[in-house]
Amino acid sequence: MTPQVDTQTNTMTSTITGDTILKVEHLSMRFGGLMAINDFSFEARRGEITALIGPNGAGKTTVFNCITGFYKPTMGMITLNQKDGASHLLERLRDFEITKIAKVARTFQNIRLFSGLTVLENLLVAQHNVLMKASGYTILGLLGLPAYRNASRAAIEKARYWLEKAELIDRADDPAGDLPYGAQRRLEIARAMCTGPELLCLDEPAAGLNPRESAALNTLLHTIRDEGVSILLIEHDMSVVMEISDHVVVLEYGQKISDGTPDEVKNDPKVIAAYLGVEDDEVEEVIAEELDGGAN
Amino acid sequence: MANSPDTGNPNLIAKAIKEGIFAGLLALGMFILFVGIETYQDISNALVWRTRWGLLAIFVAVAAIGRFLVVGFIKPHIDRRKLAKAKSGVLEISEEKGFLRTHFLKIALVALVLYPIVAVMLAGTQGSLKYVDNFGIQILIYVMLAWGLNIVVGLAGLLDLGYVAFYAVGAYSYALLSEHFGLSFWILLPLAGILAAMWGIILGFPVLRLRGDYLAIVTLAFGEIIRLVLINWTDVTKGTFGISGIPKASVFGIWSFDVGAANNFTKAFGLPMSSAYYKIFLFYVILALCLLTAYVTIRLRRMPIGRAWEALREDEIACRSLGINTVTTKLTAFAIGAMFGGFAGSFFATRQGFVSPESFVFLESAVILAIVVLGGMGSLTGIAIAAVVMVGGTELLREMSFLKLVFGPDFTPELYRMLLFGLAMIIVMLFKPRGFVGSREPTAFLKERKAIAGSFTKEGHG
Repeated sequence: MTPQVDTQTNTMTSTITGDTILKVEHLSMRFGGLMAINDFSFEARRGEITALIGPNGAGKTTVFNCITGFYKPTMGMITLNQKDGASHLLERLRDFEITKIAKVARTFQNIRLFSGLTVLENLLVAQHNVLMKASGYTILGLLGLPAYRNASRAAIEKARYWLEKAELIDRADDPAGDLPYGAQRRLEIARAMCTGPELLCLDEPAAGLNPRESAALNTLLHTIRDEGVSILLIEHDMSVVMEISDHVVVLEYGQKISDGTPDEVKNDPKVIAAYLGVEDDEVEEVIAEELDGGAN
Repeated sequence: MANSPDTGNPNLIAKAIKEGIFAGLLALGMFILFVGIETYQDISNALVWRTRWGLLAIFVAVAAIGRFLVVGFIKPHIDRRKLAKAKSGVLEISEEKGFLRTHFLKIALVALVLYPIVAVMLAGTQGSLKYVDNFGIQILIYVMLAWGLNIVVGLAGLLDLGYVAFYAVGAYSYALLSEHFGLSFWILLPLAGILAAMWGIILGFPVLRLRGDYLAIVTLAFGEIIRLVLINWTDVTKGTFGISGIPKASVFGIWSFDVGAANNFTKAFGLPMSSAYYKIFLFYVILALCLLTAYVTIRLRRMPIGRAWEALREDEIACRSLGINTVTTKLTAFAIGAMFGGFAGSFFATRQGFVSPESFVFLESAVILAIVVLGGMGSLTGIAIAAVVMVGGTELLREMSFLKLVFGPDFTPELYRMLLFGLAMIIVMLFKPRGFVGSREPTAFLKERKAIAGSFTKEGHG
């Protein structure tokens, strides 16, 4: 099954393999004189964990902000294909509509929880749109009709489900700001999941976690993938990337330098050069050596 | 040890004396020009000055002795009590709350309902006027205004310095529409609310993108614009003369409080003529309006829109990442907050029987905001207490003739109203930086409802 989405462009040259959920084409983002992202294209497949990696300042978070509507890209097209066949051009939607309509949820590099609300309330705020409709845009709910009460109970059950998955059920009634760092990371992911997304974008979820918290995070991410939610993540921690991702895209100076399975990427001399920092001619040398080796 | 909580300790007394002298010197430096020297005009209208060393000495003595007592006796006493509690292992949170605290709301409500009756019984029909009108109604108007502003500032975290504009819209809506169309209070009350809500949305649109200081400045300007329009649009508003002869509210059209009317309330019940009955009726009207405000606020907090307001106060960007339309969320906060301001405004107009732009100056906005901040942003109980303390306190100052014994017969306490208001605010903010009730009640819970300490909640960013 190849979902044919865009009829107005035929610029995409790469072949569509499997079921594509997110297709980014020729994305460019310019801040004044700085070209943060330059003609960047990639695809994320449904049901997979796609990792976006690259050295500091490569433009990973900018790509995220373009996908989730916090920046309007200077150029390019971002298409999201939903399970039911509907597709949305994300660059045309407003930021909150990307979550509400296109079902893309995100977390932030520096955690953004509602620290004065309880853990449970954080997850209820995430279900705002569902509850808003159930409460007849507040008017029916104000009268105390049973429809809202039922929806409210269902929302708490959904929150309970994700609290159990994120191992936060014991802290449900504590303020979110009171949680330890690792738990806050998991809560932010659980909160994003409560919006009912098809694609979950995680900006450095493992940053600052100790090995045990890191392992708990991996389990949570696998659970989410098994629920049928695709994941796009930015990550620095190579052990996390290599262990959990199905597909890795490498970004440097706003351009894609590599794209493939974790093993392919790990052995790509360009990626090694980007991470270890060697001169350009050395990269060519390495590539030449590789070719020689292949010939021999 | 100097810090030992022993009152007999000579070190402690020495320290207290030292700090007392220091506080006295500080007070001397601060007050020598303000209090020690007074300017006045003599018979030939020349400005001359005289000294008031006696009054200055009283000020300095109050500061010095006060500081001496605090350092020497009060603080060690408090420390000792804390230490004793800690030793016996009583945690502050595990302490059983007293009967008064657990049933505070019920007791307060019963007291409010009985208040006018008690006032009449104690002070007589005519004597109760002062207590019902000056204290009761005046405080409840501010409670309602502060609860309305609380939706915008306390819940949604949008700093609004022009709230009095909506109060003015409500008051003038009632005054003008009743004058020109002869509509009754009960029709115009909801209408005034709707008109004010509309103005709330009109204000909301241009300030959607603004935050913090910028938002505060624009809302401040909005309040001034409304006031200046009221002053200058003389064809409609009669400018600074104001609108007088605003009709009184009736008991749902059944009984009237107009003296000449056939269905006059006092005549119908065979009571002696007095304006006190009208004031008592108004007291119950504003009490009902306050309860409506509280009910709606409490219900809204448990609805998605209320949670979205609080989430907006905590983190706007996270809100947008969760699919919440922050534009409509902000506009509903402005509209609903303004609506209650409009209700209070139309009530104010019918109570006074007269409105003029004088009543809607910036100081009113500042006082309402101060009540919200002092009470603890978001807490209805805290705000009500703050309104009682602030508004009731300033009214009470008029009664405090005994202060003349301390400061001399020329002392007029009313003149020091604002000074004491400010002093009270500084003291409250020093000891309770998050207001009287700094903690937040969660809107939903799985196992137990735990209050959230004020240090976790944010004040909002605009």
